Amino acid sequence: MFDVVFTSISLLLILSCLGVCISKNLVHSAVCLFFALFLIAGYYIMLYADFLAAVQVIVYVGGILVLIIFGVMLTSKLEKPSINISSFNQFTASLLCLFLFAIQCYAILNGNWINVDAGTIENSSKLIGRLILSKHLLPFEIISILLLGVLIGSATIARKKR
Amino acid sequence: MNTLESYMIVASAVFCLGLYNVMTRRNAVAILMGIELILNAANINFIAFNRFNGTGVLDGHVMSVFIIALAAAEAAVALAIIINLYRNIGSVDVDEARSLRG
Repeated sequence: MFDVVFTSISLLLILSCLGVCISKNLVHSAVCLFFALFLIAGYYIMLYADFLAAVQVIVYVGGILVLIIFGVMLTSKLEKPSINISSFNQFTASLLCLFLFAIQCYAILNGNWINVDAGTIENSSKLIGRLILSKHLLPFEIISILLLGVLIGSATIARKKR
Repeated sequence: MNTLESYMIVASAVFCLGLYNVMTRRNAVAILMGIELILNAANINFIAFNRFNGTGVLDGHVMSVFIIALAAAEAAVALAIIINLYRNIGSVDVDEARSLRG
């Protein structure tokens, strides 16, 4: 049962990532990205990361994808019927990516990984909250300052010049 | 199939497809989508390593939360820059943006 679910999620994920890459219409690419992000949330559930799956759906699908679709809509000319985007260097790029993928597969399959299943975790959000506020407190505060900077910076960049 | 290697191979495929997207596209929004795919591949790897390391410590999950926050910040700034670029040169083709003068 697990293998069937894993194989189908993996196949659909790779197909939707391919759709992001080779689709000629930018809106189709965004829809494929939507499916890919949802399937990655499915992976998180299979890896017992329930909090991360919820965060993935809320932040990525609900936030970043909406921002990207806003970007698509705001930067396309209305007189064109569809948002055509062309691709370049396809042959060289596919060769390079296949080469990189082969190297990564070789390294993964020949690596000497620790492969012990940690089993189920009860209530991962409680443990994550404790870790964020004890061991990883400094990066958490730096992230909050970064988010404030992003808030001010993006508003400053995107506003109209006087 | 419930092993570390299977998750890592799928994450590697997602990473390579995102890299292909970044290398071939000329539209800035499409490049941003490729970057999101790359960040998601890193997240899958973090959580898979965290599950299969044999201990119940959730440091990988915390790193993934930070990566998601950074991805959101990056998308916001990138879209602000893209909208400004569109306002200045009238297109979001990254090959058109050659001028360094503001």
